[in-house]
Amino acid sequence: MEYHFDVPVSTEKIRKLHVGDIIYVTGKIFTARDEAHHIMLEKDKDNLAFNPSEMALFHCGPLMKKENGKWKAVSAGPTTSSRMEIFEDKFMEKYGINIIIGKGGMGERTEKALQKYGGVYTAYTGGAGALAADRVEDVPAVYWLDELGMPEAVWIFKVKEFGPLVVAMDSHGKSIYK
Amino acid sequence: MEKKSIEGGIVTLIKKAETELPSDVVNALKHAYEIEQGVAKTQIETILKNIDLARKSGRPMCQDTGIQTFFVSVGIDFPYINKLKEWITNGVKKATKEIPIRPNTVDPFTGKNQGDNTGEQIPYITWDFIDGNDVHITAFPKGGGSENMSKLGMLKPGVGIEGAKDFVVDEMIKAGGNPCPPTIVGVGIGGGADLSLKLGKKALLRPVGVRHKDKTIAAIEKELIERINKSGIGPMGLGGKTTVLDVHVEKAHRHPASLPVGIVVQCWADRRANMVIHSDGTWEVK
Ligand code: SF4
Repeated sequence: MEYHFDVPVSTEKIRKLHVGDIIYVTGKIFTARDEAHHIMLEKDKDNLAFNPSEMALFHCGPLMKKENGKWKAVSAGPTTSSRMEIFEDKFMEKYGINIIIGKGGMGERTEKALQKYGGVYTAYTGGAGALAADRVEDVPAVYWLDELGMPEAVWIFKVKEFGPLVVAMDSHGKSIYK
Repeated sequence: MEKKSIEGGIVTLIKKAETELPSDVVNALKHAYEIEQGVAKTQIETILKNIDLARKSGRPMCQDTGIQTFFVSVGIDFPYINKLKEWITNGVKKATKEIPIRPNTVDPFTGKNQGDNTGEQIPYITWDFIDGNDVHITAFPKGGGSENMSKLGMLKPGVGIEGAKDFVVDEMIKAGGNPCPPTIVGVGIGGGADLSLKLGKKALLRPVGVRHKDKTIAAIEKELIERINKSGIGPMGLGGKTTVLDVHVEKAHRHPASLPVGIVVQCWADRRANMVIHSDGTWEVK
């Protein structure tokens, strides 16, 4: 089945998704790799300048360019998700994330968290960075750019019809990678 | 001799590598598109669309623009040998801003990003000397996701070539969807620890679809392609027939006590571009 969602997406809708479904998302997503996960787990949730629970999480270290004072995504495909396995269950719990976008799949801890909190892990075609960047309509904010550098910073993207995202791990304990 | 012009040539070389995939890789992907179905076909279709868009818009096909890696064959009569390293390094810095490419060099101790894709030992250049007065440069930017799946096995010679083959197949199955399959796998057998990996990386410079000229090695390559593709890992690990586009094997003589097997994994974004610099400072990028 194919679905087109506006983020945030209700848990009820997420629970209806199954491995092999294709989704497209419209709305806000934020990028976070290892370092960003680390920082965000240490920070006080209420003091963050953005609200992750309203967004999808994108494992991505984009290539960005500043044009006339505004950031633009040049190439922005997913990064290897398994690196975030050690953080993700805690991260989902703390920030109420229910859509993860990445590549390569994740492990058992995330699988359990997806079941417990009602989430999906979706795969975007690895390396398809130019195509992904074309679906980024706006870059409203970036956090920790100076400390973490371009790939590791948290970028907020406003995306339109971002996909195709393959539901690769669902909230029912199924994983396409097994 | 215009230093600026040659540094500009290096930028052109890097841009070509980052935005235009070589035709041998594109053809192999098109073939994969023909034979795949369902989710696997969608993945290859997305890759092909992405390659097309990158070429037309002059943007890097993947956001991980890699560690800037060069293989340089220097004609011994080239008059500016002492300048080559500086030109390449400055070209990399310029390319970072002008193309742009992602700043990818991080200090391993402090985690600080250098910001311009240079740093200790980087750009990583392999030098080689040839007759004549031209310089040939191959740019081979190497992404992290696939490099992370590379492996060294110091096998016991007793396991023989069968053991070496099993090692490659097992490791590629373990890698699953992580290195952005379909991949191209470079395997170096023999030499020592470092040489086997170096051979594995150099093997990746051979175009996709070209078999080793030694018939025995060519047969091993074919067998490995078949066995890895039988795993069903498929494009992006989502299941399918195409896990590897090719496997290239190279060998070196080994110590009687060791059987090193170096595996270097290359994602579908098998970015390569070539440049020739002539002794009068003119250059071409192909
Ligand atoms: S493995 Fe290759 S295609 Fe995948 S994200 Fe890294 S550089 Fe890009």
